[in-house]
Amino acid sequence: MTTVALKPATMAQALTRALRDAMAADPAVHVMGEDVGTLGGVFRVTDGLAKEFGEDRCTDTPLAEAGILGTAVGMAMYGLRPVVEMQFDAFAYPAFEQLISHVARMRNRTRGAMPLPITIRVPYGGGIGGVEHHSDSSEAYYMATPGLHVVTPATVADAYGLLRAAIASDDPVVFLEPKRLYWSKDSWNPDEPGTVEPIGRAVVRRSGRSATLITYGPSLPVCLEAAEAARAEGWDLEVVDLRSLVPFDDETVCASVRRTGRAVVVHESGGYGGPGGEIAARITERCFHHLEAPVLRVAGFDIPYPPPMLERHHLPGVDRILDAVGRLQWEAGS
Amino acid sequence: MTVMEQRGAYRPTPPPAWQPRTDPAPLLPDALPHRVLGTEAAAEADPLLLRRLYAELVRGRRYNTQATALTKQGRLAVYPSSTGQEACEVAAALVLEERDWLFPSYRDTLAAVARGLDPVQALTLLRGDWHTGYDPREHRIAPLCTPLATQLPHAVGLAHAARLKGDDVVALALVGDGGTSEGDFHEALNFAAVWQAPVVFLVQNNGFAISVPLAKQTAAPSLAHKAVGYGMPGRLVDGNDAAAVHEVLSDAVAHARAGGGPTLVEAVTYRIDAHTNADDATRYRGDSEVEAWRAHDPIALLEHELTERGLLDEDGIRAAREDAEAMAADLRARMNQDPALDPMDLFAHVYAEPTPQLREQEAQLRAELAAEADGPQGVGR
Ligand SMILES: Cc1ncc(C[n+]2csc(CCOP(=O)(O)OP(=O)(O)O)c2C)c(N)n1
Repeated sequence: MTTVALKPATMAQALTRALRDAMAADPAVHVMGEDVGTLGGVFRVTDGLAKEFGEDRCTDTPLAEAGILGTAVGMAMYGLRPVVEMQFDAFAYPAFEQLISHVARMRNRTRGAMPLPITIRVPYGGGIGGVEHHSDSSEAYYMATPGLHVVTPATVADAYGLLRAAIASDDPVVFLEPKRLYWSKDSWNPDEPGTVEPIGRAVVRRSGRSATLITYGPSLPVCLEAAEAARAEGWDLEVVDLRSLVPFDDETVCASVRRTGRAVVVHESGGYGGPGGEIAARITERCFHHLEAPVLRVAGFDIPYPPPMLERHHLPGVDRILDAVGRLQWEAGS
Repeated sequence: MTVMEQRGAYRPTPPPAWQPRTDPAPLLPDALPHRVLGTEAAAEADPLLLRRLYAELVRGRRYNTQATALTKQGRLAVYPSSTGQEACEVAAALVLEERDWLFPSYRDTLAAVARGLDPVQALTLLRGDWHTGYDPREHRIAPLCTPLATQLPHAVGLAHAARLKGDDVVALALVGDGGTSEGDFHEALNFAAVWQAPVVFLVQNNGFAISVPLAKQTAAPSLAHKAVGYGMPGRLVDGNDAAAVHEVLSDAVAHARAGGGPTLVEAVTYRIDAHTNADDATRYRGDSEVEAWRAHDPIALLEHELTERGLLDEDGIRAAREDAEAMAADLRARMNQDPALDPMDLFAHVYAEPTPQLREQEAQLRAELAAEADGPQGVGR
């Protein structure tokens, strides 16, 4: 066995590699969106693709999200595999009509005759000091739409592996890219063929015995940090990275909660009507007798995303997570 | 340095040379809708084609009345009739080659049937047994589309993809006058023109979007004028003149196939029936208007032309009607059978592989169906 020297790479680089490898492997893969060509996207994720594969395969479209996704539907109908980029989370909203009324249900309405293999890449979440409309966490909208897969990597290796899987999927995948992790580095070998990760499986990023933190995307590093900090207080926290919100890996999540008996769900998007409520309910339904305390949520506030100078008060941080962990010492009747 | 401080040194320069990207003149539609029937141009029209159009119009009208009758019998949940608009529907179907694609709206069942789709399969959406009763790829007919104008970008994308693959396929997309106000109409036309996609947009301007007249929909001189701003030709045609619609669409399809890019065609027509069987049209329009349009009926126009020129006689008319009657009888008979539905189909086509969550729900429904078969159940039993 040869050992591979792992080099640091950013999530953005891994995403670029995934797009390049997918395009090289399958001529049906087309990348399209605003500024994805010459510029390489505002986050440079599509950097070099137009040069390597031509403008027909990496296309700067007119500035129109419904048009981008709507034409991608027609392209997929004709056998292509479009990978569309929505420039920022809040700018995907004009495309919701196409997403919800067509992309998500074309397979269903045609009884399987016309699946749409479209990948919709959406940079999402805050923490980068963006002005309004550049920091939304929109995952709950996507999760609420049957027919879509919703995937969000938190590591460099997953960014590669899950994006390859998303592009290979015969179903539409909303691929949420945590934009504050674009520049986070990880040990990953950019010179080796990456591995494709199946969609729908959560992983335990850190094992522990006293409680489980369930999280995904941008909040994973925060949870890992919180888990380290909690050691000082005698808490041995397990951290589960969901990676996929649809389908949902009940098995991994419940196995962990059954071991630890306590759970906190952590995410940036608002708590009310947010993913955490769904996850807490699933855990309660399946693991009630194993629970030592109610499942808690640490979420963003239920407010429109705040201006950058205030966002640190909004985003779930280590202290808020530790505070919730403290509340897990719950006693019935207290 | 502020602008004020600069002022002394500032010398205004003329803007860099500006030129229009396209000469708008050849893109502009004619002032009056193009007509063939009743004009000298009709003499040049191919008799075979005219006869074919006639037979299809008669079938189409009968199809509309039969489908409307099926709503009264509760066999169809709803039917948006295209009576009065048959010339557009039929011409749209007939100008396309087999490899081309049709993108219909919810009103365009008839275009799908004229293209060869089984009339029963075409009605599943409206009957309520399944959303789309056919394989779109097999017939190259996209699912009948209900959200207005959203099928237009699909047509553009498909046409673009076909061209990228080197196939000389054209997409023809149908939309109503109301649909032209939607954002997707704009985005589709813009993409089509920028990409020079081989797509033809046919607006059936039938005067109303449910109850709202065209004057409240747009202030444009015509809907065909909208094309010019996107850089594509706009064409205006008499939508009740089957020969004219066929000619204008054929030209647009040929133009697209030859690499000339998209065209926007506005067909001026009228919806004789109410919006659907559930609508009361007397609330928003008067009888005299309807009667004026009845006098410009697409079947009568063509019938007149054909008989004048000795291309059609009583026997021919009777034959067309008998053929239409047979189609209607067959449709009636088959629609009066209850469709066989499998409730487990609910889960069959949500994803390629059902999610674990859907598998659980599938098991739940299966158990419910088994319990139902075993007789009534009480709470907690
Ligand atoms: C996005 C959207 N909004 C509203 C409706 C409800 N609706 C159905 S038909 C219709 C009028 C459409 O008029 P037009 O485009 O002129 O087509 P026509 O019915 O005359 O064929 C409306 C408002 C719809 N189907 N889709």
